[in-house]
Amino acid sequence: MDRLLPLIQNEALKIWKKKRFLVILIVLLILIPIFTYAQMKIAETNKSHFKDWRNQLVQQINEYQNMLSSDRIPDEWKRSRRIAVQQLQYYLDHDVNPNSPDGVTFTRSFMSNAVTLFFPLLVLAIASDLVSGERTAGTIKMLLTRPVRRWKILFSKLVALTMYVSLTVVASAVLCYLISGAVFGYDGWAMPVFTGFVIQGSSIESSFVHAVPQWLYLLMEAGLIWVSSMSVALLALMVSVLVRSTAASIVTMMAAVISGTILSSMSSSWQSAKFIFSVNLQLTDYLAGSPPPITGMTLGFSLLVLAFWAAASLTVSFSVFTKQDIMN
Amino acid sequence: MNKAMNDEIVLSVNDLKKQIGGKPIIKGVTFDVRGGEIFGFLGPNGAGKTTTIRMLVDLIKPSSGEITICGEDIGRNPEAALRHVGCIVENPEAYPFLTGWENLEHFARMQRNIDDTRIREVVQIVGLDARIHDKVRTYSLGMRQRLGIAQALLGRPKLLILDEPTNGLDPKGIKELRVFVRMLADQGMSLFISSHLLSEIQLMCDRVAIISKGEVLAVGTVDELILGAGQYVVWQFEQPGAGRRLLEGELDVQLIGEHEHRIDESLFAGMQDVQVTTMNQERIPSLVEKAVRAGIGVVAVHRIAPTLEELFLRMTEGESIG
Repeated sequence: MDRLLPLIQNEALKIWKKKRFLVILIVLLILIPIFTYAQMKIAETNKSHFKDWRNQLVQQINEYQNMLSSDRIPDEWKRSRRIAVQQLQYYLDHDVNPNSPDGVTFTRSFMSNAVTLFFPLLVLAIASDLVSGERTAGTIKMLLTRPVRRWKILFSKLVALTMYVSLTVVASAVLCYLISGAVFGYDGWAMPVFTGFVIQGSSIESSFVHAVPQWLYLLMEAGLIWVSSMSVALLALMVSVLVRSTAASIVTMMAAVISGTILSSMSSSWQSAKFIFSVNLQLTDYLAGSPPPITGMTLGFSLLVLAFWAAASLTVSFSVFTKQDIMN
Repeated sequence: MNKAMNDEIVLSVNDLKKQIGGKPIIKGVTFDVRGGEIFGFLGPNGAGKTTTIRMLVDLIKPSSGEITICGEDIGRNPEAALRHVGCIVENPEAYPFLTGWENLEHFARMQRNIDDTRIREVVQIVGLDARIHDKVRTYSLGMRQRLGIAQALLGRPKLLILDEPTNGLDPKGIKELRVFVRMLADQGMSLFISSHLLSEIQLMCDRVAIISKGEVLAVGTVDELILGAGQYVVWQFEQPGAGRRLLEGELDVQLIGEHEHRIDESLFAGMQDVQVTTMNQERIPSLVEKAVRAGIGVVAVHRIAPTLEELFLRMTEGESIG
């Protein structure tokens, strides 16, 4: 292990000096204020229409129910609306505002909205050129002719990548809280959030529903985001080993991630699509109790699928990297 | 030749072969590099020099054959074998977003027992002190080359492998490199230098292996191989016509027509009315004397090595005759 630490230090240093993490921070610093502003506008509008959040919730439930009675709405939509109605009703019955305007609530919803596209994108900024970048620059020749086994080099890259992915998740949450808190206030840690909705067909089994304080919910959410970001990172690492050019590596991974988002919204009838990794990225939905993209998917199932993809990526990465001929 | 040369075998390559996509690229390369010698690896572009070098440093796995460095097999124990090697494969690469110093620190961390003092030492050896804390992105090619060599020297290697080291250097840089390489060899380091330029190998190396189409044609000292292969003697007279007649009169001097020799044309730049001959070089003084006595002014006599192609031609001819 003492021989690995300097290698990990090398890889972490290179990512840092390439200013990749700085780019991520800047992107966050630009995007979060924009979303905060948008949220503020929504809150203002709601406030002028409804004196009480309960009225707003009732209004929303009525809207959904009107939709349910319409013939032109596809069944798929109806199902998710029906579930949403039941959840809203649950919040109303327990006198808890699900959209209370405070920094923690904003952070919670921002993080869960970011998990399928935004976080993968940030992860790709770090992971895509980890190996392909060394090949493009030719520095891979210097790296692999030093008296260090190849697996150790890839392993140290992997550790550095894990560190930066974790840091990205934490930094996003912290920045989000700090920036939105300036507008909405820094409260909301103890607010109860309901979780544990079990979805059966188009109805909700609420016997497992329980309230957790929002700080705990946020922590669980961050953990799930970390898992889904890491699976993207490991896949990106593999692509970066297999593909020689960094541009090709980014495009490949972006295509994979985006296709998952598209598939989630249309593949209700294509059952086996649930084994595709990018359909399973939205882990936070299980926590919130939103219906999964394909019926029958559960948190355990998604975790298993992601774990399988991650393990396969690692196997391919290491076996190719340790054996391949460096021809150019 | 070389004071530090010894009989220890630092690099041993035995029947090395490589197939890529079913096509044999390297068809059996064998040679040894001894301690403290400068070993040239000479061949035209595409002969398999770089592929061979990449196999020496474990970038490419050989299809068959053995490579041992200081007794360690590179295939079985690359970590131990590479500990004795410093190398620059093709271009000297470095991370442009790091400073020269940070680059050296980076590679120092990949080896045992290299501290700041050693880094400072190699920086001094290659003379990069003034700019070492600047970003590599701002370096010239020559400076990158120096940084590359500094990196290769970090681990106090017994064997330094340089792939076409004079590429992109100006004449002054090439000369400095030559002196530098000799200095390292005098300290007991073995150097393995590839090149497609005969003149370069001739000036720099003690022994040489000549490779063509993935095969080693010959291994020997530079004198044996290159001088033995015959040099041209090029004459320049004050009176070209009379001079030519004088040479024609000598039975053991063969005049070569203007387009029949295989000398690099650039060597003739600025020379006028040259007479290219092949002859016994020991006869040069007596011929000069003869010319002077006949009232023909001798402007210059050059000994010029044939081009690599010529050398190959002679070698393969020799093979078919022998």
